[in-house]
Amino acid sequence: MLLSDLKIQEKAEIKAIRVSGRQGRRLLDLGFIPGTIIKAIRKSPLGDPVAYRIKGTVLALRKEETDLIEIRRIE
Amino acid sequence: MGLTRSGLNKENINMDNYITKRGKLDYFLPPDIQEEIRAQIVGDIYQEAEKIANKVLISPGEESALENRLDDLLTSRWLGFPLMLFLLAFIFWITIVGANLPSEILASGLFWLEGKISLFFYWLQAPGWLHGILVHGIYRTMAWVISVMFPPMAIFFPLFTLLEDLGYLPRLAFNLDNLFKRAGSHGKQALTMSMGFGCNAAGVISTRIIDSPREKLIAIITNNFVPCNGRFPTLIILASIFMHASFNNTYNSLLAAAVVVAFVLLGIIITLAVSWALSRTLLKGIPSTFTLELPPYRKPQIGRILLRSFLDRTLFVLSRAVLVAAPAGAMIWILANTGFNGSNFIQHLAVFLDPFARLIGLDGFILLAFILGLPANEIVIPILLMGYLSSGLMMEPESLDSLQRILIANGWTWVTALATMLFSLLHFPCGTTLLSIKKETGGLKWPLFTFFLTTAIAISVNFLLVQFLKIFL
Repeated sequence: MLLSDLKIQEKAEIKAIRVSGRQGRRLLDLGFIPGTIIKAIRKSPLGDPVAYRIKGTVLALRKEETDLIEIRRIE
Repeated sequence: MGLTRSGLNKENINMDNYITKRGKLDYFLPPDIQEEIRAQIVGDIYQEAEKIANKVLISPGEESALENRLDDLLTSRWLGFPLMLFLLAFIFWITIVGANLPSEILASGLFWLEGKISLFFYWLQAPGWLHGILVHGIYRTMAWVISVMFPPMAIFFPLFTLLEDLGYLPRLAFNLDNLFKRAGSHGKQALTMSMGFGCNAAGVISTRIIDSPREKLIAIITNNFVPCNGRFPTLIILASIFMHASFNNTYNSLLAAAVVVAFVLLGIIITLAVSWALSRTLLKGIPSTFTLELPPYRKPQIGRILLRSFLDRTLFVLSRAVLVAAPAGAMIWILANTGFNGSNFIQHLAVFLDPFARLIGLDGFILLAFILGLPANEIVIPILLMGYLSSGLMMEPESLDSLQRILIANGWTWVTALATMLFSLLHFPCGTTLLSIKKETGGLKWPLFTFFLTTAIAISVNFLLVQFLKIFL
């Protein structure tokens, strides 16, 4: 399952980042690390980007990025 | 690879070890394993940081219910955009309503002082031309700039800084990102555009927050389509006196605010259209990544807002305007007081420009005012009045009524006002902005490109509008 499939108010655990290089490192630096818990908070008015709560901060990501993050939904 | 998470994850890890370890690993290992190790190292650093943070921090937990509700409202599907426009209109309205009285007081004070300075010059028996250049040229231009610009800035900038301080601007970027993505540019362009409302030169410098060079250039080139503080007075004054002169005051100011918001919207639409066109032609490329933090709302610190907006914005923009306006005022005085065949140079130039200016809904004097106003947009209206009156003096600012009478006497209709506002929104950036573009892009290519692109767009849009209105009127 990908982060982009996560619905609002759902929680998930990050499994893997599917991109390497600069982009992958940037996501790592922001705290997108396997094992981290992430929650989808809200969509922007046009549906994309989506805001996620991760490690106590709220980050907005475009679908292009959330398509690269593998997750496992948790209850 | 024998490295596992638990293998690396020991108690009391020394961060320095990682750096030396990482250097050695980078040297010996294939890239995919490097990546894996990097992920583990970053993960461990985070775990360690969390451990430390948990010891010393009382957990802030999830965001408060109020904050959640506020965010739901401000970024909601139906209300997100209307609320954005409403906030903008509200700020303009307060600026329009609040700026009038202090503007009049400042003007009368500064022109009282001018009388005293003139007396001093007579007492010195200074030659007429010296008094003309210094008092009627330089001092009077500066007095115009200060009395017209200072009150709206002193109201607009603190209000805008308040929005910034509250944390609204990241929500704005969040709301608008999708449009910018479709245009092939960056969501943070919404932030650099917001800066542009204050000053386009500042907006151009603020594009440093955009990493991708391609998207940064797009943001730089299009920043001028956001009306800056130097152009707001022009838009506000013309909107106030032409679009609805017959209403009473409250309607007046509300409608003027609505017209200004309409122009801002038009500016945003043109920004998106030009960004779209650029990222499909000259500046081809796919949108880069976008990650934007939405920080918690903060309680605004009123004292700091007032001080910071006054020092960093109001004084900065005003001093710049005054510095540019002073020599421009001297030059305009000279142009208006020298000439041949019974007319001064301003009149000759205006007659020369007139046929072309008519095609785009302006007249020779208006176009000349825009050209002479290149150093600073805020002196366009003063130059225009000076040209119309051709008394060789820049007129004293009085009430908006007298301004309207002068414009109507010179053949203005609401179409002229509309065309002038449109040209003001779209035309070439001011000298300072062009210099900032040169500094940011490191050459003459992009400032020149921006100059010609914006001017071409202004001329075509104005031409189309005028021809369109001719058919229907």
